Amino acid sequence: MPPAGLVRSDAPGDEPCADIVQLGRGARGIRGTVVQVGAETGALPDCVAAAELERLLLEIGFVEGAAIEILHEGFIRGDPIAVRLDDMRVALRRREADAILVRVAGGSTHAAGSES
Amino acid sequence: MSEALAQQLCIALIGNPNCGKTALFNALTGSRQKVANYPGVTVERKEGIFETPGGRRIHVLDLPGTYSLRARSPDEAITRDTVLGQLATEAAPDLVVCVADATNLRLTLRLVLELKKVGRPIVLALNMFDIAERRGIGIDMDALSRDLGIPVVSTVAVRRNGIAALLRQIDRLAPESGSNGPGGWREPSAEQVRSAHGDAQRILDACVTVPGHPDIWTRRLDRVVLHPVAGILILLAVLFLIFQAVFVWAAPAMELIATAFDALAVAAQAWLPQGMLRSLLTDGFVSGVGSVLVFLPQIMILFFFINLMEDFGYMARAAFLMDRVIGGVGLHGRAFIPLLSSFACAVPGIMATRVINNRRDRLATIMVAPLMTCSARIPVYTLLIAAFVPHRSIAGFVNLQGLVMFGLYAAGIVSAFAVTFVFRKRVWRGASEPFIMELPAYKLPDPRNVLMGVLLRARIFLRRAGTVILAMMILIWFLSTVPGAPPGATDPAINYSFAGMIGHAVQPVLAPIGFNWQIAIALIPGMAAREVAVAALGTVYAVGGGKAGALGNTLAAHWSLATALALLAWYVFAPQCAATLGVVKRETNSWRWPAIMFVYMMVLAYTAAFIVYNVTTALGG
Repeated sequence: MPPAGLVRSDAPGDEPCADIVQLGRGARGIRGTVVQVGAETGALPDCVAAAELERLLLEIGFVEGAAIEILHEGFIRGDPIAVRLDDMRVALRRREADAILVRVAGGSTHAAGSES
Repeated sequence: MSEALAQQLCIALIGNPNCGKTALFNALTGSRQKVANYPGVTVERKEGIFETPGGRRIHVLDLPGTYSLRARSPDEAITRDTVLGQLATEAAPDLVVCVADATNLRLTLRLVLELKKVGRPIVLALNMFDIAERRGIGIDMDALSRDLGIPVVSTVAVRRNGIAALLRQIDRLAPESGSNGPGGWREPSAEQVRSAHGDAQRILDACVTVPGHPDIWTRRLDRVVLHPVAGILILLAVLFLIFQAVFVWAAPAMELIATAFDALAVAAQAWLPQGMLRSLLTDGFVSGVGSVLVFLPQIMILFFFINLMEDFGYMARAAFLMDRVIGGVGLHGRAFIPLLSSFACAVPGIMATRVINNRRDRLATIMVAPLMTCSARIPVYTLLIAAFVPHRSIAGFVNLQGLVMFGLYAAGIVSAFAVTFVFRKRVWRGASEPFIMELPAYKLPDPRNVLMGVLLRARIFLRRAGTVILAMMILIWFLSTVPGAPPGATDPAINYSFAGMIGHAVQPVLAPIGFNWQIAIALIPGMAAREVAVAALGTVYAVGGGKAGALGNTLAAHWSLATALALLAWYVFAPQCAATLGVVKRETNSWRWPAIMFVYMMVLAYTAAFIVYNVTTALGG
């Protein structure tokens, strides 16, 4: 995790139960809002460079403020994951998903951007 | 500029993956399409021609799908360089048509904002507009056009709706174009991408209303299709169906083609005078063409399923499910279709690797596809197993012959994974490509597009790979026939041919793996197709009539068990197939990869046969 100062915390309605997690560590079913793309992942050296990964993720729509939900996970070690990203669906490996920080809407059913 | 040239216009279709760009390309051009490769790369270049109501003749390029002009793969680099006018072999487009999935506009809007920096005239085509309307998505086209500063039209490519409006816009913009010099664009930084997202979001908020309930059906289907247990069962069922289809459904058509060409050869033999010309025409040319056409049923059936799965949106799901399973050795999630198809035949399998975008992933898959046990190996395996492996059970219920057959299949799969691992982790070290992929909404496939895709593949195979394969077949015929047997010769004619000479010459090299000169000779016509080696052995041992039983008995009398097992091991690995090498040449666009494939498979085959021969001999075989 990066120092807290790197994480934008100016989102409105900062709920007390809100928590920031790396998307790659998230469990199936979590919902929330992307607060940072391009976070330090501490990934293995065979990963693409962090700056490159950041732009790749941005280009497919992972951007600060986007609504996100982990919909599905693979059957081997829960990897890769399929997420709802605003109104589209994206599959990615947890390793790369670690570069995305998500503010989890604490299990509430009225989470922002949810379809219910 | 002359009047005629002024009437010619080059346009490029660009868009995100899965936006229906190819359907729009088909709707614009019909059958007037040309497929080739961009020089020096494996990227396919699709060009078509059509006329506008204004009388302009338009050349249209269908560019590979992309989310950004910033390129990571060779496909995306082609898209970028074409749009920017940086390809030496390609005129810069006069006009860019950006195709959008109307139900999923966000990323396209960002791409449009990036494209505007290039400075060429752009038309935005909101494709699949009918689906957007049905889902209750409201798009204010006038506002969108005003905010983006470009014309916007709605299309339903699969029903050819909106094409006329698109053509009107092309006619209207044509006079403005003409300054198709190099485009001005610089790779955006992460911050610029973020700010473009912000702009796209503002435009989206102003022009598009999305109902509260998005695509319910995709969500419901995904719950089953991507379920850890149900999803895998569905995938296995789909794969089983494809495998059955390629293996079994294609068989009658393949037999029909084989029979027809046999009959043609016989008829030609009756008409032509005895001699070298007759042999060239019948055994070389007619059977050569037949051996190319015989692949068509499998290729068409396989691409029917692939196109269906791509159109439906299932391909991305299947890749998701398979990613971890075969990703461990360095194969892409999408590699399973080519590899599975290769159990029927490596030729359609290698053609199917085009579902993999990343070049290295694709090459790795191409290189190991021939290690999958194809159906042409079965006649060789069954002949040798029946002749040499005793028909008895071990441990009461396991049939020894079946066990050997299973072992041969397993050896192919295990070695394919091992070779991939070496290729990906040793030869191409460095960053592995991240697996980040959009899962598109499910859509009913359009029969016309599926069919056009199948016919396109068939045409490409015949024109590009077919010529290479035919040339190789005729070369193999030449080696096996010329020079003919001298008068009064008692040995089979092949013994006196170049193949015979080569066989005798290389026999000392093959002696350490237990091959006699008869095997060495049979391996040369066996390059035409693996099962031909069976017939060739029959010829060399002068066992006529193709009776497998009789040939088996002859072989059992002449060969040691060690030799037979070594030949089996050889056939697991050896690149004994000219058609495979030909199609690799076509798919990789160079002789380099077929050469590498030939060498590495030869080395594996020799090593495996050497070990098997010596171990069996040592054990008293």
